Amino acid sequence: MRREVPLVLTAMVGITMIIAHFIPPFNILKDLFEDWFFIIAAFAIYLGISNLILVNGDKIYKKQKGWPFGLVVILGFLVMTVIGLFFSGGTSFQDPGTPFYYLYMNVYYPLSATMFALLAFFVASASYRAFRARNVEATMLLLAAFILMVGRVPIGYWFSDWLGDALGKLADWIMDFPQTAGQRAIMIGIALGVVSSALRVILGLERTYTSGE
Amino acid sequence: MDEMTNREKKTLWENLLSIDRRIIFIFIAIAISLPLFFKTSLKMPVSPVVQGVYNAIESLPAGSKVLISFDFDPGSMPELQPMAESFFRHCFRNNLKVIIMGLWPQGPIQANIALDKVFRELKEEEKAVKVPQYGIDYVNLGFTAGNEVVIDRMGHDFQESYPADARGTPLSEIPLMQGVRNYDNVDLIINLSAGYPGTQEWVQYAVDVFHVKLVAGNTAVQAPSMYPYVQTGQLTGVLGGMKGGAEYELALNRPAKAVSYMFSQAVAHVVICLFIIIGNIAFFTMRKRKT
Amino acid sequence: MVGAEDVTNPVAESTKGIQTPPAPPTNVTAKDIPNDKGGAVTISWGKSADDGSGAKNVTKYEILRSTKRDEGYEVIGNTVAGATSFSDNAAENKVLYFYKIKVLSPTGTAESLPSASTFAKRQWFNLSRLSLFILSLVIGFAILYFIERAKSEKGLFIRRIAGLEAVDDAVGRATEMGRKIIFVPGIMDMDSMQTIAAVTILGRVAKLAAEYEAKLEVPVCTSLVMVTCREVVKEAYLNAGRPDVYNDKMVYYVTNDQFAYAAALDGLFLRERPAAVFLQGQFYAESLILAETANSVGAIQIAGTAMPTQLPFFVAACDYTLIGEELFAASAYLSKDPKLLGSLKGQDVGKFIFLLVILIGAVFLTLNSVLGLNLPNLGRLF
Repeated sequence: MRREVPLVLTAMVGITMIIAHFIPPFNILKDLFEDWFFIIAAFAIYLGISNLILVNGDKIYKKQKGWPFGLVVILGFLVMTVIGLFFSGGTSFQDPGTPFYYLYMNVYYPLSATMFALLAFFVASASYRAFRARNVEATMLLLAAFILMVGRVPIGYWFSDWLGDALGKLADWIMDFPQTAGQRAIMIGIALGVVSSALRVILGLERTYTSGE
Repeated sequence: MDEMTNREKKTLWENLLSIDRRIIFIFIAIAISLPLFFKTSLKMPVSPVVQGVYNAIESLPAGSKVLISFDFDPGSMPELQPMAESFFRHCFRNNLKVIIMGLWPQGPIQANIALDKVFRELKEEEKAVKVPQYGIDYVNLGFTAGNEVVIDRMGHDFQESYPADARGTPLSEIPLMQGVRNYDNVDLIINLSAGYPGTQEWVQYAVDVFHVKLVAGNTAVQAPSMYPYVQTGQLTGVLGGMKGGAEYELALNRPAKAVSYMFSQAVAHVVICLFIIIGNIAFFTMRKRKT
Repeated sequence: MVGAEDVTNPVAESTKGIQTPPAPPTNVTAKDIPNDKGGAVTISWGKSADDGSGAKNVTKYEILRSTKRDEGYEVIGNTVAGATSFSDNAAENKVLYFYKIKVLSPTGTAESLPSASTFAKRQWFNLSRLSLFILSLVIGFAILYFIERAKSEKGLFIRRIAGLEAVDDAVGRATEMGRKIIFVPGIMDMDSMQTIAAVTILGRVAKLAAEYEAKLEVPVCTSLVMVTCREVVKEAYLNAGRPDVYNDKMVYYVTNDQFAYAAALDGLFLRERPAAVFLQGQFYAESLILAETANSVGAIQIAGTAMPTQLPFFVAACDYTLIGEELFAASAYLSKDPKLLGSLKGQDVGKFIFLLVILIGAVFLTLNSVLGLNLPNLGRLF
C-alpha cells in the first residue's frame, strides 16, 4: 500500500491535469487539485520550519560539531518571526519604518546580497581556468565571450563608436541568433525530456521517488 | 646562465597557469569598487529589446492598469531593484495604476523598498507632483504560495489567489481593484524575475493561455534564455541585467543607479578579459615548451 | 425613451438637464468565449465619441445584462475609460442574454443599443490546442510503443554519457582517499522533474557507496526532498546488503534559503574536503559558487542540470556535466531497464518531428522572402 497509493494518486492527478488542458469541462477537477496544491504548498512552509528547529535543536542539545551555528540559526529565526508577528504593526509589517523592515534591510539584505556578490569573483576565477583556446570550438567560445563582455558594456561602445558601434551590434547579433538558437535547442530537448520523464512518473514506470526501484 | 633564465621563465608561466584564485579575487575587488568613486557619464545606445519595454509602457493611456510581479529576493537587488524603481517612475509619471504582487515571499517587500525611494524623490521634486495614493493609484497584493498555479488561477479570477491585499483589506473594498477581475482587466504585466517562478512561468501560463501582454526585467544570467520568447513575440521586451536597466534609465531620460554602476561593470569585464588573455598566453607558451 | 428603431442615430437615454450627456458606445456585440468550460461571454463595443477628452470625457463604462431585450438590465461589471471589451464570467450556460454598455461622465450617462442575443456554452474540446493535442498523442504513443518494443528487443542502443560512466570512478576515488562523497540534489522541491531525476541518480550513488563502504552525505534544501532522499538512500543500502551502515543523519535538511544553503555547502566543502561532489538537479545562481568551491578543494565534480542558464557554469567548472536531457536519461542509463530505454527512443521521435518541422518551416520562410511565395508559416500551427 505504501508504494501503490502514491502511484495511483500520481496517475490520477497527472492524467486529469493533462486532460483538463484539452477538455475544458475537466477544469473543475483541475481547479480542485490546484486548491489542494495551494494548501500543501502553504503547509510545506510549516514542515520546513519544524525541520529547521528539530535539526538545529538536536545539534545544540547533543553539542555536536558546529552547534553554536545552530543556535545562531534558531535565534535568527525566532527574532525575525517574533518581531514580524508582534512588533511590526500586524499586517503592515512589510511597510517601511517597521522593525521588521529595519531587520530586513540591515541584516537579511546585506547577507543575501553578499553571497550573490561572491559570484563576481567566482566567475572571474572560473573564466580564467576554463577559457583556454584548446581547440577550434574552445577558441570560438573564447572569441564570443570577449565580444560579449566588451560589447555589452559602455566601453565597447566607446571603442567602436567610430565604427557605428560595431562591437555592440555584433554582441547583439550573437545574442539574437547563435545564442538564441542554442537556447532554443536546449529548451526543446529539455522539454521532451520533461515530457518523457513525466509520462514515466504518471504511468508508474519511474518509481524512484517512492524509494522503489 | 641560459638554463637558469629558462627555468625562471618556465616557473613564471607555470605560476600564471595555476595562479592562486585569491589574486584574481583581489584584482576583481579593486576593479569593481574603485570605479564607484568616480563619476562618469557613459554613453550607450538603447537596444531594441529594451526599447520594446519602454514603448509598451509609454503607449498605455493614463488610467491603464499595470500588474507588476516582484519575483526576486535581496540577492538580485543590485540588478533588479534599479529596474523596479524605473518602472515605478515610468508608471507614475504617466498616471498608470499599479497593482503589485509577488510569487516570491520577499517580492512585496522589495516593492515597498522601491516605492519608498520613488515617493521620496517625488516629494523632493520642485514641481508639485502628486504622490500616488495607496488603494487609488497603487496597491500591494502581497505574496501567495503556489508558483505557477497562482498565475493560472489569476487568469480566471484574482480573488482566487488574492482575496485581500498585503494588509488584509478585501479586494472589493479597494477602489483600484473595482472592475479588476482577471487579466482581461489589466493592460500590461511587468515581471521582475531572478529565477523560479519567474518570467518563463509567466510566459507559459499567462501569455500562452490568456494572451496577455508581458514585459520583463531579468538578471543578466537569466536574460539570454528569454530571447527566444522575445523573437516569437511572447515577450514584448526584456531588460537584461544591469545593462538593460541602465538602457531603460537612459530611455526614460532619468539616469540613476544602473547607469552609475555600469562603469564598475565595464572595468571588471576588461580585467576579466585581461586575465583570460594572460591565461591563454601562458597556456600556449607552456604547450610550445612541452612540444 | 430609447429610440431603439433608429439604428443610424440612436437616441441616448438622457438625464434631462442643462449639461448634455456623453455620446453612447456603439456596435455592442456579445459572443460566447470559445474553448472553455462555459459560463463566459465576451462583450465588445465601439468607444463613446467623448472618450478621450473634452468636458464630457468618459470616466468609466458599465456593463448591463438582461435576459430580455428591452427591460430588466442590471449592472454586472465596469471598466475604465478607453476599454472596448469585457468578459462576463458569471453567465449561465444556454441562457439567452442581451448586453448594453452604459457610459458615465461628469455631465451624465448614456446607454448603447442592446446587443444581439447570445448564450454561453460549454465546449468539449479546446480546438485552439488541437495541434498540440495531436503532437502530444504522437509523442506519447511513440514513447509507449518503444517501451513495449523494448521489452522484447534486446540491446537497445544508447550512446555513452561520460558523466554517468564517471559515477563509479568518483565513488571509487572517494573510497580510496577515505574522504566523503557529497551529493547535492538541487535546490528545488519534489515537484520538479529535475529533482526526481537527481534522486534517481542518488539511488545509484548510494548503492555504490554502500558496496564500497564510502561515506555519503546528502545535504538538502527542502524537507520533502529530505524525506524522499532518506527513503531512497535507505533502500539503496538495504539492496546493497549494508543496512547496518545506513544512518538517517546522512541525509539532512539545511535551509530553504538559496544563498544560506550555498553558504552552508561552501562551509561543508571547505571543512570536509570531499573527494567527490555530485551537483545534480535544478540549480540557480548558487551553481557556480558551489562548483568553484568544490573545485578549490580538489574534489571530482559530476554535475547535471536542465537549467540552460546554469549549464555554462557547470561545463566551465566541473569535470563532467550531464546536459539537459542527459539528466532525465540517467535513470534509464544507469538501470539499463528496457522500459526506460524504450522511453528515450520515443523521445527521439519527438525530436525528429521538431527537427523536420523546423527545417521545413525555415525553407518555407526563406522561399517566401526570397521568391515572394505564399507558403504557410508552420510556426502558426502551434
